[in-house]
Amino acid sequence: MTTVFLTHNRVQLALHVLRNDNGDGNGNGRTLLLLHGLGEHSPSEVPEWAAAWPGPVAALDFTGHGASLSPAGGGYSAEILLADADCALAHLGDVTVVGRGLGAYVALLLAGARPRNVRGAVLCDGPGLWGGPSGPTSSSFVTLPDHTGERPDPYALIELARDLRPRDYAALFARLAVEQSGIDDPIAVAAVVRPPWLTAVVEEMGVVEATLADALVTYSV
Amino acid sequence: MTDVVHFPGAQAPERNYRVSVSGVGIAVHEWGDEAADPLFLVHGGLDFARTYDEFAPRFAAAGWRVVSWDQRGHGDSEHAALYGWDADIRDAIGVMSHITNLPAPVIGHSKGGALMIQLADAHPFRFSHLINFDGLPSKRPMSDAPEHERSRMMASDLAGWLDHRRTTATASRKPDTLDGLAARRARMNPRLPMEWLRYLVTAGGRHDPDGWRWKLDPSMRFGGFGPWRPEWTATRMPGLGMPFLGVLAGQAEPMGWGTQPAHLDQFLPRGGRLEVMHDAGHFVHIEQPQAVADLVFDFLDGGR
Repeated sequence: MTTVFLTHNRVQLALHVLRNDNGDGNGNGRTLLLLHGLGEHSPSEVPEWAAAWPGPVAALDFTGHGASLSPAGGGYSAEILLADADCALAHLGDVTVVGRGLGAYVALLLAGARPRNVRGAVLCDGPGLWGGPSGPTSSSFVTLPDHTGERPDPYALIELARDLRPRDYAALFARLAVEQSGIDDPIAVAAVVRPPWLTAVVEEMGVVEATLADALVTYSV
Repeated sequence: MTDVVHFPGAQAPERNYRVSVSGVGIAVHEWGDEAADPLFLVHGGLDFARTYDEFAPRFAAAGWRVVSWDQRGHGDSEHAALYGWDADIRDAIGVMSHITNLPAPVIGHSKGGALMIQLADAHPFRFSHLINFDGLPSKRPMSDAPEHERSRMMASDLAGWLDHRRTTATASRKPDTLDGLAARRARMNPRLPMEWLRYLVTAGGRHDPDGWRWKLDPSMRFGGFGPWRPEWTATRMPGLGMPFLGVLAGQAEPMGWGTQPAHLDQFLPRGGRLEVMHDAGHFVHIEQPQAVADLVFDFLDGGR
C-alpha cells in the first residue's frame, strides 16, 4: 500500500493506493475507489471481495478520519465529504466506487455530481447509513473543547450522524447519475437496510438492486 | 491614496479581541460601556461585523454594550477548514456565552437573522428579544422549477461548486484598488452609497502590497446547494416565545431573499411584529439607519 496526500482546501486527505494494477501485474483498468463508513477508516489492503477487480484499488480517508487531517471546530456535511471524494476523482480519473454506510451516501452524491467520471456506484451497508432526518427537527448544539487532531473527529461523528437526507434530495442525485452517466444502471444498491433516502433512490428508474459481487462484475466490464 | 476613509456616523469598535471556539479564533467587536447590558448584532453571509460600524454606535449611545463577531472565515476571524450552519451556530454560542448566559436582545441581518431563528428555537434562554433584518426565509427559486429544470440547475450548481472546491487550496482573493473593490461590491449592493462601500473596504479588506482584497476566506462563494430548504426555517418561528420583530426589505436586489410578507403571516410568533421598509433594499439598517433604529428602540422599550 502506498499513500498519497491530496489537499482539499486546508485539509490533507489520505488516499491509500491498495493495489496499483489489476492484481496479476498486467495493465491498469479503471480504479475501484472505496469509501468507508462513519467513524471508520480505509482498509490497509485490498478486501477479499475486491480481489477480482480488474484494475487498481484505492481507498480514501474522509476529513477527520483515518490518516486524513482532523481540523478544528467541525463544520462537517455530506457535501464536504462529496468534495473530498471529488478530490480523489481528480487524482484517479474515472472510477467505480463502493461506499459503506456514510460512504454509500457520499458515493451516491458523487455519482450524481460527476456522472461522466463515476462508472458505477455500489451502495453498501455500514456505519452512518441512516444519517439524520429527512426534514427539520428540534436542534441541539454541543460545543466541544479544542480537540484538533483527534481522529475520528468527534464533531464528524456528531454532525455526520445527523446530516439531513431528504428523500427527494437523494433521489435527485440518483436521477442525475441515471440521466447523465451514459451507462446503464449507474447505481447499484447492495445494502440490506433501507433508510428513507435509500428507499427513494431504489425507487428511481435505472437504479438496480444487486449483491456487491454481482455489481462489481457488472461494472468491471 | 490614503487608507483612511470616513463615513458620517461610522465608528470603529472600541474593543476588538478573539474568542476561541473549539480551536477556531472568532473575532469579537464591541461598542459602548463594557458594564452595560449586552445587545448582540449578527452579520449576514459573506459579510462581517463591522458592517454595523454605522448602526451599532446608535445603540451604544443609548446605553447598550453592543457585541458583534465575525463568523468563521469572515472579517478578522480565523479561516477554518470547514464551514457549516451548525458550526456557525456553535461559534455564536461560544461568543454569546463568553459575554453572558442571561437573556439579551439579538439582532440578525440576512443569514445572521436566519441563524438566530434556529438558535432562538434551540437556546431560547439566550434571547430577551429577537429582531430580524431581511433574513426571514422564503422558498428558494428552485423549489418551484419544473423537474427537468431543477435537475439542470442542480447539475450546473454541483459541477461549479466541485470545480471551485478543487481550487480552494491555492485560491486567493483578487486584488484591486480600494475604489475597484468598492465598485465590485456595488454590483451586489447597488443601493448602497459608494462612500459607504469604500469605508467597508477599509474595515473588511486588507491592503496587501499588490492591492486591496477582502479578508473573507477565498474558499467561500456566493450561492451553493444542500439538503436544507430555506422555507423550513419558517417552521421554527411560530413557537418562538420571546418578543419578535421582523424588518423586511421592500426593494429587491442581488443579495436579497425576495421574501414576501404574505408568505410569512402564518409563521409569525404570537404577538410578533413584521415591518416592511418599502423604500429599502436588503441592507435596511444601512440604507435607513435612523428609521430602523427607531423601530428597534420602540420595540425594545415596548418589550420591557
